[in-house]
Amino acid sequence: MATDSHSHSPVHGHPQPMEYIIVAVVLTFITAIEVALFYVGGGEAGGFSLSTAAILVLSTFKFVVVVGWYMHLKFDPKLFTYFFAGGLALAGLVLFSLMFLMPGIAQLIAPE
Amino acid sequence: MSAASHPAEHATATGVDNRKLLMWAFLGSDCLFFGSLVATYMIYRGRSLECPLPGNIYDIPYTSVSAFVLLMSSLTMVLALAAIQRGDHKGLRTWLVATGLLGTVFLGGQFYEFTSFVHEGLTFDKNLFGSTFFVLTGFHGAHVTVGVLILLSLFLVSLRGGLPQADSLTVELAGLYWHFVDIVWIVIFALVYLVPAPVPVDPVTHQLLECAKETVAAVAH
Repeated sequence: MATDSHSHSPVHGHPQPMEYIIVAVVLTFITAIEVALFYVGGGEAGGFSLSTAAILVLSTFKFVVVVGWYMHLKFDPKLFTYFFAGGLALAGLVLFSLMFLMPGIAQLIAPE
Repeated sequence: MSAASHPAEHATATGVDNRKLLMWAFLGSDCLFFGSLVATYMIYRGRSLECPLPGNIYDIPYTSVSAFVLLMSSLTMVLALAAIQRGDHKGLRTWLVATGLLGTVFLGGQFYEFTSFVHEGLTFDKNLFGSTFFVLTGFHGAHVTVGVLILLSLFLVSLRGGLPQADSLTVELAGLYWHFVDIVWIVIFALVYLVPAPVPVDPVTHQLLECAKETVAAVAH
């Protein structure tokens, strides 16, 4: 029975070093945008704003890119994705459950 | 992760290498670990009754550099894997050293940040912000430290010729752990540093805490 391939030649469609470098440049650029958005949104006292939402979206994108390309999840058997996504989904469930179980969640997200 | 063992082409029930599956299962469980710490930080944001607060002490440009350093370490790690997969042992060692050095720089940055926060009055037991912040970032730092030790081990094993091209899975597994540490920092950087915390109000006087007034005033100007 075949095991997952350890041979990451171009034949198997895995990224090449130059692609990894391009990914790194993109991630760096996105990080710079996130920091810029932080200040555009008013910094620490700016509250939850459109800039904050954009930061969260960009961070999610970075997360997916690192997991998909650097961790090879995009190119590997789906079983690995299920294992990782399962833990991630549980973590998200814990996070949102705790946040919404605490009183005053609206104030935390959008302070008066 | 035995670097001396031959890569087994055993038949497995799942069709994938058990070691890699175990690593992904571990990373899934570690998601839950960090998820609970992040959740604790998030639910206690804006609830500290004492200063200092995030707006008083965070140095976003400084932390951005830390984030960049860790991102670059992910690049060097994946280049190390690419090197061993094509049989380039010198390249492997070079990129492993680069990754370890970048990880060490990150840890140094964290240490400096922690000590400067302590000097500014934020300690583990000062307020809710201090407790949740130091536990979350402290555990992340511990994970990075373990990662640096793993990289050092791989480097030494490679020096002794114990990491053949056919055993690249060993490096891949270390890489998975290292990238996980990076993605956790992506989450921490966004949620802890970049998402503004609500400004707490004294429950007795219903006024902003003194140090919070400074932050609000700075933005107003």
